[in-house]
Amino acid sequence: MSLRTAPAAPPPQAPVGEPPAPGRPARYRLARWDLKYSPYLYIAPFFLLFGAFGAYPLVYTAWVSLHDWNLIGSSSFVGLDNYRALMVDADFWNAVVNTMGIFVIATVPQMVLALALANLLNRGMRARTLFRMGVLVPNVTSVAAVGIVFGQLFGRDFGLVNYLLGLFGVDRVDWQANTWSSWIAIATMVDWRWTGYNALIFLAAMQAIPRDLYESAAIDGASRGRQFWSITIPMLRPTIIFAVIISTIGGLQLFTEPLLFGNGRILGGSLRQFQTVAMYMYENAFQRFNYGYGSAVAWTLFMLIALMCAVNYLLVRRSAR
Amino acid sequence: MHVPSRRLRNSAVVALTAVMALGLAAGCSKKNDAPAGDGQLKLVVDTFGEFGYKALAKEYESAHPNIKVQLRSIEKLDDYKPKLTQYLAAGSGAGDVVALEEGILTEFKTQPQNFVDLNQFGGGDLAKDYLPWKFEQGKASNGQLIGLPTDVGGLGVCYRRDLFEKAKLPTDRAEVSKLWTTWDDFIATGQRFNAGGSGAAFLDSTTTAFNAMLAQFGDTNFYDRNNNLIADSNPSVRKAWDYTMSMIDKGISAKVTTWSNEWQAGFKNASFAVTFCPSWMRGIIKTNAGDASTGKWDIADVPGGGGNWGGSFLAVPKQSRHAKEAYELAKFLTSAHGQIGAFNESGPLPSNLGALDDATFKATTDPYFNNAPVGVIYGAGAKALKPVYRGPKHQAVLDRAFQPAIQSVEQGKAKADEAWKNALDAAKKEAK
Repeated sequence: MSLRTAPAAPPPQAPVGEPPAPGRPARYRLARWDLKYSPYLYIAPFFLLFGAFGAYPLVYTAWVSLHDWNLIGSSSFVGLDNYRALMVDADFWNAVVNTMGIFVIATVPQMVLALALANLLNRGMRARTLFRMGVLVPNVTSVAAVGIVFGQLFGRDFGLVNYLLGLFGVDRVDWQANTWSSWIAIATMVDWRWTGYNALIFLAAMQAIPRDLYESAAIDGASRGRQFWSITIPMLRPTIIFAVIISTIGGLQLFTEPLLFGNGRILGGSLRQFQTVAMYMYENAFQRFNYGYGSAVAWTLFMLIALMCAVNYLLVRRSAR
Repeated sequence: MHVPSRRLRNSAVVALTAVMALGLAAGCSKKNDAPAGDGQLKLVVDTFGEFGYKALAKEYESAHPNIKVQLRSIEKLDDYKPKLTQYLAAGSGAGDVVALEEGILTEFKTQPQNFVDLNQFGGGDLAKDYLPWKFEQGKASNGQLIGLPTDVGGLGVCYRRDLFEKAKLPTDRAEVSKLWTTWDDFIATGQRFNAGGSGAAFLDSTTTAFNAMLAQFGDTNFYDRNNNLIADSNPSVRKAWDYTMSMIDKGISAKVTTWSNEWQAGFKNASFAVTFCPSWMRGIIKTNAGDASTGKWDIADVPGGGGNWGGSFLAVPKQSRHAKEAYELAKFLTSAHGQIGAFNESGPLPSNLGALDDATFKATTDPYFNNAPVGVIYGAGAKALKPVYRGPKHQAVLDRAFQPAIQSVEQGKAKADEAWKNALDAAKKEAK
């Protein structure tokens, strides 16, 4: 948060009603307080909002998850029973596998594509700004619209994708019925929305790389490809870590795309082929009214995300070294 | 065990919503008790699908100048239920009058404290106006009157005349009804249709046939009258299942999921010829198939005879600030006059005896369905309907255990035996 956008906090003043500060020491103290505490006042709005809408719900959900809690009824404390049940819940683990699977087949091509796109956009070309803004367009489309349009594209009977496959003599695919096909369809939606966004982030980082590095490499006879692998990628390392972590957080919370792909049904396919953890949480809390169990799923998901972020961080840091 | 206070539950909903960090505005509850101006009172009516209340709301407003009626509708019941649940859990946001479909009613009935007991306004005196079993359904186990009956879902079969003609089958509704007096006949007709070379499939989906058969094959389904889960042993469930598997086996369905995009597009593209059709379904077919199909559809009798699918109630949530006025509005909408108005606008079949006996109701025909005498077709069936007892999680067991299992067989993803086992396992989980 920048200081300029923060709402102006009232400057610290001498409390009204007290006798005026007698001479230098008091004024000095005020000036010191100003220096010392004003920054906290400026950043306070964020922490207040985060406390109210981030930290408090987090803690409260943990509390709820320790109860057998009917959403529109009564509740009783059950300790860790919900978590115990969750650990042996086959539907939950199915959702975890689906989420991870979709995450991997969405994120890997997305990062590679975004890097390639950024590299292209970083070159001198006509109408550069137009292209750079253009890659962001899918991201500003509403996720519901994307979900509905892609749901139609991947339709079994009247979908465009099956029509195109048919031109090459491939049989119609029932995208919702197979695990692999549903994962691919959902990953396509995710990539459609987020590749351009990540490309722009990579592009920004690429532009911060000093030009003279490339110039001296070129003088030494390094090819474009060599320059990319030996200069661009290592210099982008912190940015790649950032992008992977943001994608992890988003990818593991995947909800709207698979929901709309499955015609709004929370089961995610007849055999839960593409039900994600977020969908399973919603199913328990708002379809089964089992609020405590839903909260336990929410917390487990939270811990899973934290764990995945740590693993990704370590992996990306090592591989980029 | 303690009952959390309204404030606690309120923050609980906010809590989960925020942690989910979803795009869906889950807990967005708007206050609707603001006066509509000039001492006017605003009553909000929450419904799903097509209830046919537009003209009635206007009429009520002109008869009661101090009241403004706002209709809010959500297309899919699947989306409506969680939203209503959140409103109830949060203690605000729900309409003054809310529609409860019979399937979700059983679940809400287990938590009657969320609703006003309509007996306190004399709702109990209205019992004689309605089909008796329907009125009974609106009561919780403690005797509290939760909802006033709107419609019932007496079954018919809607079929496309043009596709029947192409498949060299009769098209007249009386002759079509004769084609399938039993479910075996129905399957045989499906095979004849397939052999006819119309290029379309016969039935949209076997899950709707499963629904229809469940309603006919016994007076209990997944639960016995003591609310024990008997899905694994009740012959009515197994019989409906076996017929459904036979339909899949004989290849008479288009294998589309009901309410999906493919299903909606299927109406428009004439990719199937037959769908099971309570009166309220007519409105949905009209929306999906569009004006271009006017007169191409018709309505025949259901195989096996009888059976009910759907139908709703109007309830008043406890959180309403104007419970008395809301009850009066619900009473108006479910009166004989109100039910005929709704029937004419969107097609839900009256459950009010006065409406069923009404001469104009009986004379109603539907031009979209080749001028079928819908008043007679559905009206005659309504009084003969036999209710099926439904346990607390009936709808959940149907929606999340049996229907997906049937679909998995249709999709070729599971064998029948495997799917039956999956369905029973899931049913146990839902009923817990």
